[in-house]
Amino acid sequence: MKKTIRFTLNGQTAEMEVNENESLLWSIRTHLNLTGTKFGCGIGLCGSCVVIVDDSPVRSCMVNADYVENSRVLTIEGLSNNGTLHPIQQAFVDHDALQCGFCTPGMIMNAYALLLENQEPGREDIINGMEDNLCRCGAHNRIIAAIQEAGSVMKGDI
Amino acid sequence: MKDTTDIVNEVTLPPAGIDRRDFLKRLGAGVTVAVALSDFKSLGAMTFQQRELPTDWNAFLRVAEDGTVYCYTGKIEMGQGIITSLAQMMAEELDVAVDRVKMVMGDTVLCPYDAGTWGSLTTRFFGPPLRAAAAEARAIFLEMASEWLGVPVNLLKVEDGVVFDERNPYEKVSYAELTEGKQIVRSLREKPTLKKPAEFKVIGKSMLRTDAYEKVTGKAKYAGDIRLPGMMYAAILRPPVHGAKLLTADTAPAEEITGVELVRDGDFIAVLHSFPETAMNAVDKIKAEWDIPEPQFDDKTIFDHLVKAGTDERITQEEGDRDRGRDVSHEIIETEFRDCYIAHAPIETHTATAVMEGDTMVIWGSTQTPFGSQNQVAQVLGMPLEKVHIKEVFIGGGFGGKASSPQVVEAARIAKLSGKPVQLIWSREEEFFYDTFHSAAVIKVTSGVDEQGKFTLYDSDIYFAGGRSSELFYKIPNHRVRVISGRDAHAFATGPWRAPGAHTNVFARECQIDIMAHRAGMDPLEFRLYNTDNNRVIRTIKAVAEKFGWTSQGSPEGKGWGMAVGYDSGTYVAMMGEVEVDENTGRVQVLRVVTAQDMGLVINPQGAILQVEGCVNMGMGYAFSEEIFFNGGDILVKNFDRYSITNFSMIPPKLETVLLDLPDEPSQGGGEPGIVTVGAMIGNAIFDACGARLLRLPMTPERVLEAIRSG
Ligand code: FES
Ligand code: FES
Repeated sequence: MKKTIRFTLNGQTAEMEVNENESLLWSIRTHLNLTGTKFGCGIGLCGSCVVIVDDSPVRSCMVNADYVENSRVLTIEGLSNNGTLHPIQQAFVDHDALQCGFCTPGMIMNAYALLLENQEPGREDIINGMEDNLCRCGAHNRIIAAIQEAGSVMKGDI
Repeated sequence: MKDTTDIVNEVTLPPAGIDRRDFLKRLGAGVTVAVALSDFKSLGAMTFQQRELPTDWNAFLRVAEDGTVYCYTGKIEMGQGIITSLAQMMAEELDVAVDRVKMVMGDTVLCPYDAGTWGSLTTRFFGPPLRAAAAEARAIFLEMASEWLGVPVNLLKVEDGVVFDERNPYEKVSYAELTEGKQIVRSLREKPTLKKPAEFKVIGKSMLRTDAYEKVTGKAKYAGDIRLPGMMYAAILRPPVHGAKLLTADTAPAEEITGVELVRDGDFIAVLHSFPETAMNAVDKIKAEWDIPEPQFDDKTIFDHLVKAGTDERITQEEGDRDRGRDVSHEIIETEFRDCYIAHAPIETHTATAVMEGDTMVIWGSTQTPFGSQNQVAQVLGMPLEKVHIKEVFIGGGFGGKASSPQVVEAARIAKLSGKPVQLIWSREEEFFYDTFHSAAVIKVTSGVDEQGKFTLYDSDIYFAGGRSSELFYKIPNHRVRVISGRDAHAFATGPWRAPGAHTNVFARECQIDIMAHRAGMDPLEFRLYNTDNNRVIRTIKAVAEKFGWTSQGSPEGKGWGMAVGYDSGTYVAMMGEVEVDENTGRVQVLRVVTAQDMGLVINPQGAILQVEGCVNMGMGYAFSEEIFFNGGDILVKNFDRYSITNFSMIPPKLETVLLDLPDEPSQGGGEPGIVTVGAMIGNAIFDACGARLLRLPMTPERVLEAIRSG
């Protein structure tokens, strides 16, 4: 059964025609052609598909597309503002907090949700919050540093 | 304006074969520095070997009319950072700002042939010819500028692509102006002189990754991010276990799904749909019967099996007399080390997008070998090589796993069979199933020391880890190393995993040395220094010890210190670390790791440090938790729930890296050495912390507990 769902996507109203049981991940990548959100495992174990729905991190491979009906969805493409990087993105750049970059969108989106909650996360808070986001290249220590710095920027400390 | 057509007349034509006009058309206007592969023999560019075709000549760089310097390499970017370091080399020798350089990577039409991105070879072997091409281009520009300005070359200087008269800087012309509207091809002549370290402005300076902006914004294109009109997503019918043969397949239930298309070529059955998940679900609906072979061994019995399957012996190092070595030994220690199969597990699964454009098969594929893939596709589809075009994409992690990229051939086959643009994304289960695993291995070592703590004997049989990093850089008068392998030892594919076999070999040697040091009553650091006269080893060990603060008093109460030394890809690496062992749970936390590398001239120190950190962090996985469970050809690991790669809580809170300052020595490899010592260093630190000796990777909490009990 096809169905049209309406939601806010990266600050703009959007609609998408989806079939029953289509996951949010593949809908975003296929129907919306937003390919920044990545597929890594398909069953909620890697975090590369994280998007923000109404300020909460959601593993988009784990929910159906209609989960976002009438919600606000933020993907990696919507994070920067007219070419100005969001402080988290900027901190990832400044700390070289990536290598192959495939985990990066999911890392950044998950960190975004973490920092919405707490802009002064300690190392332990970040580890707890990011534990299920996998990075095979081993950029973890730099990701932690980037998140801490981004938090201070967002708080206005820097 | 001065005419530079005379330069065109000097063009050295390619040796044979290629249509020059066609080639220039592909590249566009500007000054192109082309090279014939034969020129590279003298530069020792081993990455170019393996292919001697008449069409083998290529461009390394082109300066476009807007001043952009396109730098062409057959290498790919998979996180290792050569997109930055190669641009640095180009910028250095050409005298332009780094941000003018645009890397074009892994495109089989535009880029020079390359055997593959692996083995930490890029900086060592692609670097020198690249720098030579850039130096040559600079010389060509100087000649052109000299004609343009009427100033002799020896009075000209260059700054960021602007050539000027050193007596009068207003007399100037830019590379871009010189190239305007022209297509100029010059071929690399004699070996040009490269800049000396004292002249470096860009090489040796730390730079942030140049691909970071694209990657943090989601703009970076990987093979699965290509979108083509009318593109279909493919899913392939897979056997349940390796070695299974298809008996029957009822595809009707899949074909009933709206929008599904089926392609079949013998046992190769694929389902296509415009929505990826539908294709994946549809292929599961196919009712297939398989002839499944009986499992012969599993993850527990594999070690006995490997020792039996080891039929081919190769002695790689031998000296002295082992019997005599035994006689003069005060202590003789025999140990058997074991390692298991592990997966590459890049976060991007093998992916490819393929489309027939006219008579050419165009493919974007996650592969470490674009030219190898091109060749395979041409062979399987029976197409001429030049009608297969592999295009540039970012690779979402490789680690050796994408040196094998059958998905490229699969996608091309489906695209040809269906006549449609096709994208194939392996599921995580397929990724684990078809991985070319790091091999399980057994290493037997017998070694001896005399009463003074001098090495007397080292006798090692390496089953299925290969010989990499097994070099004995210790002074051992009586030694032999045998590398033992055999056919049909594995129930599935094995292949190169970041420094193939090296961490197994280093685990065995460096833990054995730790055992001996303790038996000899010596500090492991002192023992190593006492038993080697290899200068590079000594200076690397000293560098790491100094940074770490290693003292013979040893680790503080409740902690353990360990060290290991390795040699890989031309680089010496020495690593020290501190761990804490929870003796109730067997859980080990690494608190700090210091790595020193003797790797010659470092192009981008920041990039090299990133690689070391990546190696250490990734290495935590093989050290503590990664293991492929299997029963015969049945891979029991399907996803990350049964295969734990390093996560945030596993990484050492403190990572420090020392790169020895050796700008006058040739560059050595940087992508792999740092991973080879991680397991051994941790094993030795665990012993120091609690007296438990781990002889088997990974060092899981259960194995640590067991070793504590039996220790
Ligand atoms: S793809 Fe969604 S968590 Fe891995
Ligand atoms: S940067 Fe490659 S997986 Fe994280």
